[in-house]
Amino acid sequence: MNVTFKKISEILYCQYFQGFYDESHFLGRSIPEILCSYIIGEDMTCYHCGEHCREETIAYDERSFCCSGCKTVYEILNSSDLTYYYELENAPGTSPRYNDGKFNYLENTEIVEKLLEFDHAGTQIVSFYIPSIHCSSCIWILENLGKLHKGIKSSQVDFPKKKIRISFSSEAIQLKELVLLLARIGYEPNISLENFEEKEKGIDRSLIYKLGVAGFAFGNIMFLSFPEYFEIKEFWLEQFKHLFRWLMFSFSLPVVFYSGQNYFISAWKGLRSGILNIDVPIALGITVLFLRSTAEIALDQGTGFFDSLSGLVFFLLLGKFFQQKTYSFLSFERDYKSYFPIAVTRLFSEEGKIKEEQVQVYRIQKGDRIIIRNEELIPMDAILIKGKARIDYSFVTGEAEPVEKNSGDKLFAGGRQQGGIIEVEALKPVQQSYLTELWSDEVFSKDKNSAFQNLTNQISKRFTYAVLGIAIVAGVFWIFYEPARAWNVFTAVLIIACPCAIALAAPFTLGNLLRIFGRNKLYLKDANIIEKIAQVDTVVFDKTGTITQNDRSRIEYEGLELTEEEEQLLGGSLRASNHPLSRSLYNILDNNNISTPEHFTEFTGQGLETTYKDLKLKIGSQSFVCDSNQATASPLQNKVEKTSVYISSNDLYKGCFSFYNSYREGLPELLMELSKDQELIILSGDNDGERDRLGTIVPAGTSMFFDQKPGNKLEFIKKLQSRGRKVMMVGDGLNDAGALAQSDVGIAISEDVNVFSPACDGILDAKRFRDLGKFFQLSRKAISIINLSFLLSLCYNIIGLGFAVSGDLMPVVAAILMPLSSISIVVFTTLATQVIAKKSEIRSQS
Amino acid sequence: MLLAISVVVAIIFFVAFIISVKKGQYDDVYTPSVRMLFDDELVKTNPKENQPVNKVKSN
Repeated sequence: MNVTFKKISEILYCQYFQGFYDESHFLGRSIPEILCSYIIGEDMTCYHCGEHCREETIAYDERSFCCSGCKTVYEILNSSDLTYYYELENAPGTSPRYNDGKFNYLENTEIVEKLLEFDHAGTQIVSFYIPSIHCSSCIWILENLGKLHKGIKSSQVDFPKKKIRISFSSEAIQLKELVLLLARIGYEPNISLENFEEKEKGIDRSLIYKLGVAGFAFGNIMFLSFPEYFEIKEFWLEQFKHLFRWLMFSFSLPVVFYSGQNYFISAWKGLRSGILNIDVPIALGITVLFLRSTAEIALDQGTGFFDSLSGLVFFLLLGKFFQQKTYSFLSFERDYKSYFPIAVTRLFSEEGKIKEEQVQVYRIQKGDRIIIRNEELIPMDAILIKGKARIDYSFVTGEAEPVEKNSGDKLFAGGRQQGGIIEVEALKPVQQSYLTELWSDEVFSKDKNSAFQNLTNQISKRFTYAVLGIAIVAGVFWIFYEPARAWNVFTAVLIIACPCAIALAAPFTLGNLLRIFGRNKLYLKDANIIEKIAQVDTVVFDKTGTITQNDRSRIEYEGLELTEEEEQLLGGSLRASNHPLSRSLYNILDNNNISTPEHFTEFTGQGLETTYKDLKLKIGSQSFVCDSNQATASPLQNKVEKTSVYISSNDLYKGCFSFYNSYREGLPELLMELSKDQELIILSGDNDGERDRLGTIVPAGTSMFFDQKPGNKLEFIKKLQSRGRKVMMVGDGLNDAGALAQSDVGIAISEDVNVFSPACDGILDAKRFRDLGKFFQLSRKAISIINLSFLLSLCYNIIGLGFAVSGDLMPVVAAILMPLSSISIVVFTTLATQVIAKKSEIRSQS
Repeated sequence: MLLAISVVVAIIFFVAFIISVKKGQYDDVYTPSVRMLFDDELVKTNPKENQPVNKVKSN
């Protein structure tokens, strides 16, 4: 069925694009789409968000919607004549999911003041980060917000950053209403504690300025040197020769002292700490070029090498610019502040009555009573006072299942409440809670890059010694042979050997690979990470959420087979229940025919009891289901801790559904591939219930460790490193944050790259998890490319040195050789990276 | 004289470049490219009577 459906839709789409259909839309959907939906039956896609309508289909205005949320968005947009939204892109929407009351804190004026960028009389400006911005329709609708509410004056989207800047009048629309409006049309802004502290940092544009200055000077100096290149001896050119030369001199001043200043600073820093980095020969080259050229024109000996000088700086900066690819919509430096709410609901009593108020989280003191709603995060360590808590700690500890807590139990910061409203009493302020203290560990303040010596710098050490040696030997030789030229030769060697091409090899290779990785959904913080990946010899995996999938669990049924009636009633009962386990079980099971139960009772925290005709089902925890028929209960003791749903029919035990973590697709193959070159270790925060099953998947020799607290993980990595290992940590949650920061390369796996990832060196889209091995291979190949480019540029240097040592280096030769070597290196590295990317069957073009 | 003019022209362009960077014109180089495609079509989509049954709009 699936194959035919694919075939038919392909044919239809081909004809569609060849113009067989004039009307591109019919009932809001393209004709091929409608035909497809007939072929596959009732499986309709939502007009708003494009999801398959699974449980119910709402027909409205001759269109189908998957949920009432999507329908509401359509209604809002339709009533404001904004349906063009749906014509720009097919099903562009996101279905709105938000709780009422979630944004109540925006009534607090202190918080509102902090969030507003500009606030004066009738004009307020605010910027939001909206993760669901993803297509041109999003830009269109968000920039036409003014049509939805007259209080909104203008709005501008920054698509790469997924940010919107809205100018509005708080007299006509309050900030809270504005945020609610955005949330209602499916663009819920992400407001976290980070926003509260964030002060707009100035964007660093100095590299663009420097590049601009160097390019400007380079071009002009080239023009001014043209007459000298061709040795035109016209009267007026001879006349103006000196003016030309001094003009070139003045153009080169900003190049040396502004554009090139970083090379001097870095070389000086390197020398002081005893490292001969690549910037040392570059700075030396620039200095010699500038001094010799100035001396030449001052003493009227020649034109100098101002063209080569500015060209050199321009190309070097170009390399830097190319390497500096930033993913502006991602953040690699996140800490708990990005996830914590900005405010919580505090209870206080006034005149004997208990009232609620919204308070900024930093204001919470020990002893304050706080209300936590469904899906809200607990921002500090607290004691549960009232309500049934089901806390999901997966964020902090990596445990997959939510934990049930009763009043009087201690709750830790970072847990997410699932279920009803709970009331808690704060034990500590936010900054001193267990989770936040994790961040005071020194690994988070350490700069990982400072200790790393990259390939270029390793080479430059030998290179610098060699060049200085040649320059001195050649200089000494000429002192005896023809003393007048000795100085010329000495400086010429230093000029021509300036390692422009070497300095460009790594930035262009790695920069290009960084982009290729980016297109394949591995987003790295900077290009140096690729060099580090190539050196990794130990890969440590987290379990929950990293090698297992969070959203989809796998179930297995053990016990007596259920009859058809029982299955039908089971489906119906699960559908009626709101318990998370029932929901996930319902979603996994086939629900062809379901019968609605006649009697339905839900016992909170235990299970449910339903009847249909003469059939009675009990579904729930082991104690709930099995107590009434103890005879069958005993042999079914599960030693392994796992989550199960038990079922009995007419008080007769039938069996249980057990949930397993489902491992990511291709995991065994990936691990096999990686184990060839790296040692693999699995470090899990979960209990060891999965040890046996995991053991069958992983290749022999893989060590597994369970019950690892975040601190243990960090220490574990440290221990490996002290044994000289280069460690890559692959993790997902906050519980891995310490280990990610400590490891040489920390890669965060993320189901949705826009939403969440702890501080790390790279973020990998979970869908591309299987390709991790390819990324390793590519990184290693990149290192060989860089080494080859080093060889290539050495050839150029030897040719140049031939000219320099023999004592006749013409400015024009330098002016040709320098760009030629640079450009050929750029071309070589770019082509080579494309080729290796293609070979490893990874997409090299977007 | 001509030389002076050429240098002045070059510097004017250079200053223009610096100003454009400073104003943030290079900060977001993607969104404007999408935004410019909207404007024409916005005019078309006002009338309410154009409630589509089987013709919305042909490309």
